[in-house]
Amino acid sequence: MGTVPRDRSVLSPAAFLLRGLAVGLAAGLIAFVVAFALGEPYVDDAIALEEAAAAQPPAEHPEHAEEAQEPAGQDGMVEISRENQKSWGLLTGTLAIGAALGGLAALAAAAVLGRLGLSARGSTALVALVGFVAVTLVPFTKYPATPPAVGSGETIGGRTASYFALLLVSVLAAIAVVVLANRLRARYDGWTAAFVGAGVYLVVVTGTGLLLPTVNELGDFPADTLWYFRRSSLVTLAALWASIGVGLTVLVGRMHDRAAADLARRELAASL
Amino acid sequence: MSQSSATPLAAPAIQVPAIQVPAVPLLQLGTWVVFFGLLAMLAIFFVSADQGALSLFAGNAVHEWVHDARHLLGYPCH
Repeated sequence: MGTVPRDRSVLSPAAFLLRGLAVGLAAGLIAFVVAFALGEPYVDDAIALEEAAAAQPPAEHPEHAEEAQEPAGQDGMVEISRENQKSWGLLTGTLAIGAALGGLAALAAAAVLGRLGLSARGSTALVALVGFVAVTLVPFTKYPATPPAVGSGETIGGRTASYFALLLVSVLAAIAVVVLANRLRARYDGWTAAFVGAGVYLVVVTGTGLLLPTVNELGDFPADTLWYFRRSSLVTLAALWASIGVGLTVLVGRMHDRAAADLARRELAASL
Repeated sequence: MSQSSATPLAAPAIQVPAIQVPAVPLLQLGTWVVFFGLLAMLAIFFVSADQGALSLFAGNAVHEWVHDARHLLGYPCH
């Protein structure tokens, strides 16, 4: 194996990144369909509630009342129709996030391939699973998605900082724990290492979650609409990650098989 | 998850890819991680936070355009 030259390796970072971007865009499209079908009805419900609340007491939502009165087109202030927001606007967002997460997942898959004692498909699927938990599920558990009409404009700075602080800790802890579990694998078996790693990760993110401030700005927003919205949001994010996971596992697996076949041919040729 | 994580010394009975493809060198990968990491952060920033908590561009056009994605993908909004 050591005699095989590495310079013509098929497994270049660029090849991973291209596959990740392609898979991410496809996943973004799937997430758009799921979000449009499952989530948009509750976004509409929430906006209807928001507008009804803004119409009744004049000073309830000062920021939004101003928005409604101010004519659009001043100082770069625009009003985009609901039809555009829920179709092209939503699609823009899911495609951008899909491509970003798909590309990052592909580079992570390149980093772990051949280093965790798993097959190429196994390590790639693990990246998507860890990605879903660390990037989406853990931040969602502490700071779940909120529909329009929930959340004050005055606290957006603090809420955004808390959300991204938890996201950052969660991602860094997940990376550290994979490295730790991979070290433990040499001394214990793979399952023990995985359980210890998962346990350490849970302790770190639970502790961080307890330290970060809790947000409760629900007011009298109806609980059923809130739950349906959050459920559809989580299903959208799960669909995004599942698509990235399946797509990337297939593409990286095939690329690895081709590289392995290529190497086998060259080793055979060199041995003749 | 890691059921196939038998150590190389354990010599599994079935070894489908007999050839171990060399891992991607981390130094080579690092350049791409920095390059794409910055691009990805920019994309995530525009969808998740621009013209909300922070503003790179004045106005509300970006916020309004990605409004529904920001809510449904779980980012803080309003």
